[in-house]
Amino acid sequence: MTTEPITTEAKKVRNFSLLSNRAGAAFLTPAGLLVSVFVIVPFFWVIFVSFTNRTLLGRTALNPEFVGLANYLALFDPATFFQRGQFGFSLILTTQFVLASALIGQALLGLLLAWLIQTVPPWIKRLTETFVIAAWILPEVVIGFAWFAFLDRDAGTLNMMLNAIGLPSGDFLLDQPFWVIVVFNTWRGAAFSMMLFNSAFSSIPPSYFQAADVAGATSWQKFRDIAVPLIRGHIVTNLILITMWTFNTFTPFLLTNGGPSYRTELVSIYNYRVAFQDFQFGKGAAVGVIMMLINLAFALVYLSIGRKKKAPGT
Amino acid sequence: MKFPALFGRIAFSTLAALIGAAFALPLLWFLFAPFNARAELGLAIPDPFTLSNFNTVFGNGFAMQALWNSLIQAVGGVILVGAAATLAAYALSRSSIPGKGAVTYILLLFSSVVSGSAAMVPIFLIISAAGLMDTHLAVILTFAGGLLPTAMFILRDFIDSIPKSYEESAMVAGASPVQAFFDVALPVIRPGIVVIVVWSFVNIWGSFLIPFILLRSSANMPAAVAIYSFYSEAGTPVVTLLAAYSLIYSLPVVALYLFVSWRFGFRFFGGIKA
Repeated sequence: MTTEPITTEAKKVRNFSLLSNRAGAAFLTPAGLLVSVFVIVPFFWVIFVSFTNRTLLGRTALNPEFVGLANYLALFDPATFFQRGQFGFSLILTTQFVLASALIGQALLGLLLAWLIQTVPPWIKRLTETFVIAAWILPEVVIGFAWFAFLDRDAGTLNMMLNAIGLPSGDFLLDQPFWVIVVFNTWRGAAFSMMLFNSAFSSIPPSYFQAADVAGATSWQKFRDIAVPLIRGHIVTNLILITMWTFNTFTPFLLTNGGPSYRTELVSIYNYRVAFQDFQFGKGAAVGVIMMLINLAFALVYLSIGRKKKAPGT
Repeated sequence: MKFPALFGRIAFSTLAALIGAAFALPLLWFLFAPFNARAELGLAIPDPFTLSNFNTVFGNGFAMQALWNSLIQAVGGVILVGAAATLAAYALSRSSIPGKGAVTYILLLFSSVVSGSAAMVPIFLIISAAGLMDTHLAVILTFAGGLLPTAMFILRDFIDSIPKSYEESAMVAGASPVQAFFDVALPVIRPGIVVIVVWSFVNIWGSFLIPFILLRSSANMPAAVAIYSFYSEAGTPVVTLLAAYSLIYSLPVVALYLFVSWRFGFRFFGGIKA
């Protein structure tokens, strides 16, 4: 602010700024426009729509009225909040889903896998990695259908195996839909945690482990006392990222459609149903606003950690 | 003390192999069914082994059209993301525009807050207001906007790691800044661009929700949505068609993954999935 034009000019010459401010602005324009229209405008538009009674069809589709907090009051109506197919039920279900499938399932399984593949023979490492990563990179609709076939009541691979060892078949999509999507999401996303922890482990100097070996430490001791404390930062980063992704995921819809009877209706699926099947855009927008606020909380924590890490120069 | 160590190694290997096998199980069906003319939802070794399912897919106009639509949308999105992200990342790295840091922070924040499933209502309304409902352009633009922030950060880090002296010497030799960008910087940045291009392609190719909301006519449906309609609306799924189609539809993703892991090691592929 206080620098005179001449100093700025001098600095520019010294740094030999490769791109003038005008060219820089021109270079930023296409990306700036696209991001503004499809990321920043939606953020504010969804807040605006959430205060209206806009619908997809009918009179209020074209002339929505301002309804104040009505949509939020409907979502948080204590009389129905916890009922199946209502917002509260969906929010609690999503919380359980994130806890079980991301924080416990993906993170622990990823940590275990990353630790195991450090020591096993290369061919086992490659084979295990291949399948874990395949589960992660294949398109979601393909994965959804593969699991649909896998869990089929009459002929599915899972029931075939259960029968082979003398256990009765089960219709898991009907009887245990919540646990199905928990296992499904763990399976689908463990690869990311595995790869992140794997690269974290390989950044630890091997001499630490060699010293522990000399002292006769077991694998568990090395894991608990050397590896985990050293990658604590990676663990926090990983937990926040997979929490955000799992909270926003829509993929279970492809396996269960949110059912049976709303038992797998995560907030993303609830948002879809309210807006695009019940055609209540105002209420759907209110759900979107609450989702974004939750995302915002996680993102702020994540970014503040990222900044702290950068500050000392690591 | 050799015996416990050996025992531990065997236990570790067995456990890793078992987890690997558990991850493979849901995909096993998917390896056999496409080659079985009488495939059902059960696991069965194809007998006889046949490619007839693929012939059925290639003869199905709707299915082929959907693959073509996926290609249009993914390539369109990739061109936009690639071009806009390269320009923007270069400006963020090489110019001294005031407020660069703040812009970066805000973009990073917004891009993680505004997810597709939280913003489906406003995205629908924006596309609808722009008169783009049920067009390829709707899907292309939406994905470009959503993927750009992450693509920009990946590329900016990449460009930051390239010494400025390349372009500086070109400019000393009389090149204009724009020439220095196109003739000197761009060839050096290319590996970074390849990474974000592959990453965006895989993201758009595999995504279901955005085209599901923004498209209505079957003439515009990408494979991700077409596949889904094969088994949910027909009542009973056409398993043979679906299995072969899923395999064809997955091939580009697998091929690109192999390409990136061969060329750069797979950690690049990870990064941040939208």
